[in-house]
Amino acid sequence: MTGAALTRSGDFQAPFWNRVWHVTLWALVWLFILNVAGVVASVAVDSFGTRWFGTWLPEGFTSKWYFSAWDEFQLNDVLIVTVKVVAAVVLISVILGVPAAYALARREFAGKRTILLLLVLPVLVPTITYGVPLATLLYRVNLGGTLTGVIIANLVPTVPFVVLVMTPFIEQIDQRLESAARVCGAGTWSVFRYVLVPLLAPGIMAAALLVLVRSIGMFELTFLTAGPDSQTLVVSLYAAAFSAGIRANQSLDALAVVYMVSSLFWLIIALRFVNPVQLVGRVRD
Amino acid sequence: MSTLAAPGGGIAGAKPGWRTALGWDGTTLLVLPAVLFVFAFFIFPCIYGLALSFMPTKGGAFDNYIRFFTEERFYSTIWKTLLIALPATTANVFLALPIAFALRKSSKFQRVVTAVLVVPITLGTVLVAQGLLGYLGPNGWFIRILHMLHLVDGPIRLTHNYIGVLLSLIITGFPFSFLLTLSYVTGIDPMLAKAAATLGASPWTQFKQIYLPLLAPGLAMGFCLAFVQSFAVFPSAVLLGEPAGATRVMALAVYQLAYEDYNAPMAAAGAMVMGVVQLIVVACILGFRSLFYRGPVGGTKG
Repeated sequence: MTGAALTRSGDFQAPFWNRVWHVTLWALVWLFILNVAGVVASVAVDSFGTRWFGTWLPEGFTSKWYFSAWDEFQLNDVLIVTVKVVAAVVLISVILGVPAAYALARREFAGKRTILLLLVLPVLVPTITYGVPLATLLYRVNLGGTLTGVIIANLVPTVPFVVLVMTPFIEQIDQRLESAARVCGAGTWSVFRYVLVPLLAPGIMAAALLVLVRSIGMFELTFLTAGPDSQTLVVSLYAAAFSAGIRANQSLDALAVVYMVSSLFWLIIALRFVNPVQLVGRVRD
Repeated sequence: MSTLAAPGGGIAGAKPGWRTALGWDGTTLLVLPAVLFVFAFFIFPCIYGLALSFMPTKGGAFDNYIRFFTEERFYSTIWKTLLIALPATTANVFLALPIAFALRKSSKFQRVVTAVLVVPITLGTVLVAQGLLGYLGPNGWFIRILHMLHLVDGPIRLTHNYIGVLLSLIITGFPFSFLLTLSYVTGIDPMLAKAAATLGASPWTQFKQIYLPLLAPGLAMGFCLAFVQSFAVFPSAVLLGEPAGATRVMALAVYQLAYEDYNAPMAAAGAMVMGVVQLIVVACILGFRSLFYRGPVGGTKG
């Protein structure tokens, strides 16, 4: 009531202020987009530049930094490790997460709230808080610095993530479809194979792609647990940036571009399958 | 719950009995692998870390914590981290809110803008830090443009200090806050605002009287989740900030204790303090939120 009364007095100025508001808002959006583009472009341009100092653009362009970066950072090995880690993390978190999400979506049982809280906690506790003790433990059982250790550490936030994303997705699927299949004599396995998997495929795809993008970029946990032979791309990028000055900045930026392309590639695929808005919306509660 | 991990707990073979009384059947047992994993690799390390923090390399049980809160190089990291994380989170949430509000109507345009705004999530903190070093650096495009437009004269420094870290957190954190806020805004029934409009409410009034109260819980949750990310700031604080000075954050201090001083108990103590500080902030925000409206946002459903 009071709101309606308030506006009536301000109605005359409304179109003007609306326009000011709109312009400011879109200026902000564009400012953000342009600056991000600037960050990305300055990395990309530098990685192709010869000598660049105090001018708008480098003196010339070359692709030699990519070859030197490939040798310098042992990109062959790093990329193989990255693919192994990411593939294992995606696969295991889906295998562990989807059945759990199914149980949580379909059944009410004692301890369900506790389990949900348990699954939300890894999202709310800072990675360093559990990452450091976890790494200490992994080193004690000789898993620290190994590929297995890196995979385990990366799974800690992704398993709950898959459960939290998939639970509302499964809730949306009509339970009568499963009942109908059972009435027709299908066993648990057949229901799973011929009813659930096809219906869940888009959701699993979306969750898997998000886990994939997340684990390519997951820095802290990999950094804490990785050894010299189990570094992923993002960790070797950090290590290279940390010791900048030893190497040419251009080859460092070439490494950054390799990282960026491998991550963006998957994001674009992910965006074709899912509307990002719905995804975050589903993580709610 | 772990006691319920009955032998042979799988899909088949669930017999009615004590499990049924608790509502547990074959299907609910599917939750066990994930729960056991979280127990083994999240809960157990947390308890282990907590126990370890009370077993210092020398001295009494509380010595690690006494050391943390008496030595300036440790306790100062708490407010240094908060001084970076709180402004970055606030900026992100309050930038995200009007933009999400403007994009609340679903359209092709909304999808494109959303996709573009989401890109920095995949860039990750390390790449953004490395990119900003060049972009904001003394010879970078940003400062050149500022000079060209005569917005500033003379040298300014945006990297290797507090500002650089803050900007990197805004760039990496904004897309996340935006997506979260957008999902909350689109979850509110637009009929509520339309109803208000028929009574003569302007867009601003609709926002203030209808959307804002309904959004309060979502905004509080979004603020918490965004804060969790900024609070863990690590790569950009090292690469883009002053790791020995203004941006010596908690994560860095804990890392150095564990991997440079090889003092695992002290590192565990630092990690625990970090977790507690964050949970206190989250609790404060959620407590503040409870002062606002609580109830359904669907409107027409009930």
